[in-house]
Parts: sequence; C-alpha cells; structure tokens
Amino acid sequence: MIAFVVLVLGRFRRRPRLDSKARIVPPGVPDRRAENIVLLLFVCATLCAAAVIVVYAWDAIPNQTQFLGLALGLSFAFLSAACIVIGRRLVVTEELEEDYGTTHPEEEETLDQLAAEGGDRFTRKRLLVVAGAGAGTVLGAALLTPVASLGPVLDVSSLYRTPWRRGVRLVDEAGRVFLADDVEEDTFYTAYPEHADREQMGAPLVVVRFKPAELRLPEDRGTWAPDGIVAYSKICTHAGCAIALYRKPTFAPVEPKPALICPCHYSTFDATNGGEVLFGPAGRPLPQLPLAIDGSGELRAAGNFSGAVGPSWWGVRNHGPRS
Amino acid sequence: MRRALTLIALALVCAPAAAADPPSPGVTHVKVPAGTPPVAWGAQLFGANCVTCHGPNGQGILTPVRGVGDQTGLGPSLVGVGARAADFYLRTGYMPLDDPHSQPRRSRVLFSQRELAALVAYVASLGPGPRVPSPQPERGSLADGQESFTEHCAGCHQIAAEGGYVTNAVAPSLDQASPVEIAEAVRTGPYLMPRFSEKQISNAELDSVIRYVTYAKHPDDRGGWALGHLGPVPEGLVTWFIGIVLLVATCAVIGRRFHA
Amino acid sequence: MISRTVRFLDQRAGAAPFFRKALRYVFPDHWSFLLGEVALYSFVILVGTGIYLTLFFKPSLAPVVYHGDYLPLRGRELSEAYQSTVDISLRIKAGLLIRQTHHWAADVFVAAIVLHLLRIFFTGAFRKPRDLTYYIGLLMLILALLEGYLGYSLVDDLLSGMGLAIGYSVAMSVPFIGANIAQLLWDGPFPGSDSFMSRMYVAHVLVLPVLIGTLIVLHVTLVAARHHTQFISRRATEKKVVGMPTFPAYAPRSLGLAFAVAAVLFLMGGLIQINPIWQWGPYHVSQATNGAQPDWYLGWLIGALRLVPSFDVTVGHYTLVPNPFWGGAAFPTFVFLVLFAWPALERRVTGDHAFHNLLDRPRDAPWRTAIGVAFFTWIFIVFLAGAADRMFVLFGLSYQGQVWAFRVLVWVLPVAALFVTKRICEELQRGEVVEVRRKLVEAEPVA
Repeated sequence: MIAFVVLVLGRFRRRPRLDSKARIVPPGVPDRRAENIVLLLFVCATLCAAAVIVVYAWDAIPNQTQFLGLALGLSFAFLSAACIVIGRRLVVTEELEEDYGTTHPEEEETLDQLAAEGGDRFTRKRLLVVAGAGAGTVLGAALLTPVASLGPVLDVSSLYRTPWRRGVRLVDEAGRVFLADDVEEDTFYTAYPEHADREQMGAPLVVVRFKPAELRLPEDRGTWAPDGIVAYSKICTHAGCAIALYRKPTFAPVEPKPALICPCHYSTFDATNGGEVLFGPAGRPLPQLPLAIDGSGELRAAGNFSGAVGPSWWGVRNHGPRS
Repeated sequence: MRRALTLIALALVCAPAAAADPPSPGVTHVKVPAGTPPVAWGAQLFGANCVTCHGPNGQGILTPVRGVGDQTGLGPSLVGVGARAADFYLRTGYMPLDDPHSQPRRSRVLFSQRELAALVAYVASLGPGPRVPSPQPERGSLADGQESFTEHCAGCHQIAAEGGYVTNAVAPSLDQASPVEIAEAVRTGPYLMPRFSEKQISNAELDSVIRYVTYAKHPDDRGGWALGHLGPVPEGLVTWFIGIVLLVATCAVIGRRFHA
Repeated sequence: MISRTVRFLDQRAGAAPFFRKALRYVFPDHWSFLLGEVALYSFVILVGTGIYLTLFFKPSLAPVVYHGDYLPLRGRELSEAYQSTVDISLRIKAGLLIRQTHHWAADVFVAAIVLHLLRIFFTGAFRKPRDLTYYIGLLMLILALLEGYLGYSLVDDLLSGMGLAIGYSVAMSVPFIGANIAQLLWDGPFPGSDSFMSRMYVAHVLVLPVLIGTLIVLHVTLVAARHHTQFISRRATEKKVVGMPTFPAYAPRSLGLAFAVAAVLFLMGGLIQINPIWQWGPYHVSQATNGAQPDWYLGWLIGALRLVPSFDVTVGHYTLVPNPFWGGAAFPTFVFLVLFAWPALERRVTGDHAFHNLLDRPRDAPWRTAIGVAFFTWIFIVFLAGAADRMFVLFGLSYQGQVWAFRVLVWVLPVAALFVTKRICEELQRGEVVEVRRKLVEAEPVA
C-alpha cells in the first residue's frame, strides 16, 4: 500500500518541468556500456581509496610510502578515467558559437567624459596632481624605510671581517689544536680559528703541506708557509661553495699538478703559488692565510688573509680583510 | 635523409661509450714449476707485465721510454709502496694500465688469485712498506662515518658515494669497493686521491668511514625508486619524461582536436 | 537537489545569470590548450600538500641533537628545520608521501608552465588583446622559480645550503649595489642571521603563494573575459569562438584532467624518491659535496655560471662586475626581458596592431617560430652545459672539452636552428599549397 502510494506520487514528481520549453542541450542516445564502464571505474576508485586507509592503519605493511602513493594515485586515476569517459561518451559534446568580445568605444568615451567633468572645479589641476603625487611618493618611501632594518644595507664592513688575526691557533673539527708535525704531505685538512664561530665564510681554512722547494709563492709571502705548510680560505671566490676537493698527483710526469677544486662550478686553484686560478670561472685567486709555527709546534695564523674572503662584490678589492 | 640522421644518432651514442672503454691490454700469464716461492713467481709475472712501465726491480721509469709495440714506458717507483698499494691496484684492476697517461679505472682482473698474491709479495719485497690492512667496519659508527665521509670524501666521491668529477679526472663510484679496498685506498691515496694516514684518520675512524661507505651501497631508500642518489639531474629527467609525458598524453586524450 | 542549490544561490547572491553564462561559456578545444590547466592543478596540489607540511616543519635554525631512528644522523647536531624535515620523511606516517608529492608537484608545475609558455609563444596567443594575460603569466613563471628555490632551500640540507651560498654570490655580484642587496636580504654576510630562515619561510608559505594565487585569478579572469583563442576552421573566425560549453561537455573533461594531475603527482610522490635529504646530511659553510645541482628549472643558471670564462670586470680596485653576475643575473634577466618585450617588439616590426583571436600554426609565422626556436635552443644548450660533469662521469667526455664545445655550440647551434626552422616552416607551407593545387586538379572533370 505504501509502496503503491510512493510509486504514484513519484510519477507525478518525475514529470519533466521543461515540457513546454525548447531543449537547451541537444538530445543524445544513452550508452549503457559507457555507464557500466564508469560504474566500474568508480568502484575501482572506491576500492583504491579504501586501500589508502587500510594501508595507513595497518602498520605491518612495509613500504608504506609506495603503497599509500600507489593506492591514492590509482584512486585519482580511476576517477580521472571515469570523468573522461563521461566527458567523451555520456554527455553531449556540443559545438557552440559565441562572439568574441570587442572594445566598447561609447563606454570608453563616457568614462573619459566622467573623468573630465569630475575635475571641472579645479583651476590648477597639474600643480595639485604634482603636489599629491609628491606626497604619495615620499610617503611610499617613508613606508619602505623600515625595510632598511632587514640588514646592514649601507654598512659593508662586516664583509671584510674574518675571525683570523696574528696568534689565533688552528683547530680541527673536533677542536684539537693543529701541530705542525701532524700536517702531512699529499693530503688536505680543514682548520678553524680557535674559539670562533665556524659558520661564517671567513672561518674555515684548507691546509696543505708541500716540500718548501715545490712552493712558488709571491715574493711578499716568503714567510707565509713555514715548513711548506700553506693555508687558504676554504670558501671559493666564485660563488661561495666550500672547496672540498684536493687533487694530488701520485706520479707527476703523467698526472696534473696539485690543486684545490670547488665542486660547484669546478674552479681550480693552484695551492703552490698563492691560489692562482687554473681553470673554471673564479675571477679572483684563493685568499691565502699566513701561518706561523709557535714554540710548542702549534700552527697559528700570522695575520689575516691576503685578500677578502668569499665571492666577489663591488668592494672586494678595495680593502684587505679585517680581524 | 632519414638514414643519414639514424647513422649520425648511432654514432653519437656509440662514440662516447667507445671512448670511455679503451681496449684492455691483456696480461701475460707465466707458468712456473710447483714449489716456486711466491716472490720468485711474482718477479717473473712482474717482468712479463709491469717492467715496461715500472722498470726493472720496480725502480720506476721517469722519462718516457719507447717500448715493445706501441707502449710507452713511464711509471712510478714501487720501492717501499708495500703490499698495501700493490694489493689495491691489482685487485681493482687499476693495474696493469695500458696507457700511462690515462686514469687507472676499475676493470676486470685478469690475474688469478694466486698470481695476484705472488705479484703483491714481490712488490712488497722491493722495500719495506705497509701491509694489507684489516679493517673492522662492524666496530665503526654510522653517524661518525657519515660525518667523516662528508668532511674528507664527499667533495670528490659525492655524499652518497656515487662518484663525481675532479678537474681532469673521475672520482669513481664506490659501489663496488670492498672494505679492504676502501681502507687501502684511503691510506694509499691512489692516482689523484689524497692520502690519509692514521694520524689524520685513525683506524677507528676509518672503520666508521668504511661502515658508512658499505651502508651507502644500499642506503635507507624510503620513498620508492632512488634514481641513483644523484639528486636533481635524474629528478628533472623523471619530471619531463615521466610526469610531463603522462600529463601531455592525458591532454591529448581529453582534447577533442589533435591537429590545429 | 540541484534545483534547490540553484534557488539558494540565486536568492542569496543573485547568481543565476552568472551561472547561466558560466555554464554555457564556450571553450575551444585542442589538447595544447589544456597545458595551463595542468599547471593550475599542480598548484592546487602544491597548496594542499604544502599546508600539511607546515603543520610539521619547524622554520628555525636552532641546534638540536638527533635521537631518531636514522642511524647515520644519530647523535649529531642538526638545525630544527633539517631535523623536522627528516622527521616528516622518516617518522611521520604518510609524511614522506606528502613531502615527495609536494616536491614532484613543484617540478611538474614549472615544467607545465614552460610548456604552456612555449604553446602561447609559438601560436602567437600573446598578441593583443591578450598581452596583459601573457605578462601576468611571465610574472607567475618568475615567482614560481623563486618559490621552488625557496621551498627546497628551507630544509637546510647540504645540497640546498650550497645552493643558497650561490644565490648569495649572485646577489653580491650585482654591480654597484650587490653587496648591499645581499646584506639586506641575508641580514649580514652569509649565512646571515636566523632571520633569513624566517624570511624564506614567510615568503614561501604566505607571500609568494598569495601572490601567485592572486595572479592566477587575474590570469584566468582575463582569459575568460576575452575568451580563449582558437585555431582557424570553417566556423571558427576572428569574430566567432567555436567550442564546447562548460556544462555538460567541458566540466567532466576538466575534472578528469584535475584528477589525472593528482593521480600522476601522488603516484610519483609514492613510487619515485625525490630529494632524500636524510642522505645529504645537514648544511655547514665549510662542507660541500660533488655533483650538487639545483632543481631542474634552475639548471640553466648553473650551466651559465659554469660556462662564463674566468674574469671579474675591474676598474682599478673597484670590482665593477664580479663573475657570477653574467651567468646568474644578466642571463636570466635578459631572457625574461626578451620574453616581456616580445609582444611589443613583434607589433613594432610587423606593424600589426590588430586584435588576434585566431592562433597561428607555428609554420604560419616563420620568423617568429624560427627566432623562438633559436632563442629557446640557446637557453636549452646552456641548460645542458650544467650537467656536463655527469656526462663526463657517465660517458667519459672530457669536462674541459665539453666546456669549450658548449661555449661554441651555444652561439652556433641557435643560428643553425634559426635557418633550419625557417626553412622547415616555409617548406611545410609550400607543401600545403601544392596539396591544395593537386586536389583542385584532381577535382577537375576529365576532358
């Protein structure tokens, strides 16, 4: 009885309202096969989505990332396929025409007129505009001035500063002091200034030992390499990467000469002659730090670097490094 | 026109492969009567395979000497390099080296195990030198190893030990290096590699480094296909050749018109 | 139910006329018109996955000792930023999936924009009245590059830290004001103060997404206001746009594309590893790794930085132009200047100031296509040079040799490409004329 009532009422409700109006979307034939495909795809999408939840919840499943991604991705893929099938097979694909928009000269003229009439009462329009614009510009600049607090925009002196000066001891990653006797040939060491912040470009050094006869340092650096031990800034003068490569020949007649190399753009520096650029885009030689060996055999800096440390900027050659 | 293009494409693909893999020299095996001590056998093998570049008694040849066939004789002295260096160069196939000017690379070892032992014994006998090391990586710490590797090795060998470029040379990938080979290389500093002594990297630290390198061969690779641990270059290739290809294909399926 | 919703919206917002117009809005149909949508849906995925990541990421450089499960980092001092990213990747369930999807989405987002840009360029869609739309698109590309760079640099891992040092150096290299800009942005010499992390974070998480989102809305609105361009056909003309309406035809297709983008990105995010930062280790100023590269969309810059020969331009002691300026700043600035100037340049040279709603097939504009191919070839060769070290390691081609070869090819190949492309366009056009004539002859009645 209830079923009968519902059925009858339903028939009334389902009567199409647009009987009297013309169709907007042209009619098309149904495609039950396509509908079945879409249904199947929806079911697959549902199962995959459920799999996501199951995989997430079930810890015992290994490679969670892969299974989660596979399940989630496939769920979307099935949904996508379903939409595409609907688009191509189940909705009518009409080809409609519409006008491309044009310009509206009459409205444009009206707007021009509006602007002109609105300013009718002004006698010195240009002067007022200039004054207003001036106020606006300077106010804009005023609003921007706190931006200057973001950093030392005018004061570039810290770019010259390094933690090295005469007497500072060289320490390794663990903080142990370097003894000259610990420094061997054919290898390279990273050194830091004792008691200084290591995370600055002026801090890390690369230290290498040569036989004194192998060195051809510039004349004014005769004492900079005691016992053949040389130290350079570890920061490449091209773009600031750490110079983490050292190339040393086992057999000099067939192998290239020793060099410090940066892994970013392969700037190659000659460690025997003051850090000259052998290859690569660096525009400045590697700054060298003068060393001294003190009474207890410890390695100390004998001054600051031969030049400013790190990548070049407009004042990099204007001044030497400061301690 | 199409054939020419195919030929050019083939040439471009094959040429680099050919350039990278020069023909291996082959070795001369020497038969000795049973009971010959290894050093003596080694001397004979040395004479047949190594003397052209390394000179008699391994003294080295420092100015090029025109040898048999096309071979130029030029090579360092082996006196005092010890078993350690000989073992490394021979077991990796770095030696014998056809052209003294080319970089020694890991290659197929053509000597037998006993021949290798004989050669190593001979080279060790040329002068007092370091023994073959016996590292114990299981005693090392992975965290210390990663830190030490980053500091001393990653600049050339790349952080995941996949190898890299050093001006004029290749720092090889370490995926085939055994613990003993790693220890030997670190202490010997083959070819252009620095030589790290016990003073710089203690044996305990070396154990940690070896443990890390061994780990890096099969690291924790969560998240799917690891693309060789090389970073953004293969990632960019995947972006275009998998991601974009799939998405453009989807556009082609969706878009009703394909041709303009 | 639909009619109830429609009634609700019309009563509350007067929206029925808008919906009627929107639902019957006409979209011309071609596969290449969907590339912009691919970018759009990638952006949606980026925002969704990005929000999830912000729920875990700690934008702070404060040192913290790692006590987690990943042994190579156990007991080491890391920044909170790096440690929280390791946590997201290795400890938080589904964290790695979301993080990898986010990163793949960024790579695909820029790739889709580039493809879309190429389509716009080679079909002349940037011509009036759509030049403003084009400028907004270019602006979005620049912002997307910056957004991606900041995103992967937030993590404070070894690879991206090296990339920040390079970015700093490029800023420093700007003539006259470089050091001042860099000091301002970084709050002092590199690596800057802790504020720099805050700046990267707020730029990446708030400012740039809002900017890009706003520009997307403007961009799409402009496209809708002027209707999409189309290729010529019998019905499709300068005055009439022909295509399928939003509803019921276009919506399921668009939705299908959206789901497909989500599918591809989540599949990649789950199945293909990207940026395994736990393997790279934390960043320190004194450390570097071989083979460090930026994400693909900055590869053109590393190529340029590697190819420029070694020189700083100096005047006495004053360093006028440090080396990284050419590759890192001048090169991309020039590229974008050309792209921005192109519509105006083309109008000036061709004298064509008319509106264009019809697209050119690339062959129909031989000069534009040829110059475009040459220009993009130039950029592409510089991009390839960035991976020369890998090519040496893989194929044994000498690095120095490659550098010299690239320095030559980068000028020679674009010129060659220009002439070859122009010739191809002209040949294709000539071929069509011949084809038309042949058909006419065949249609003639046999005497």
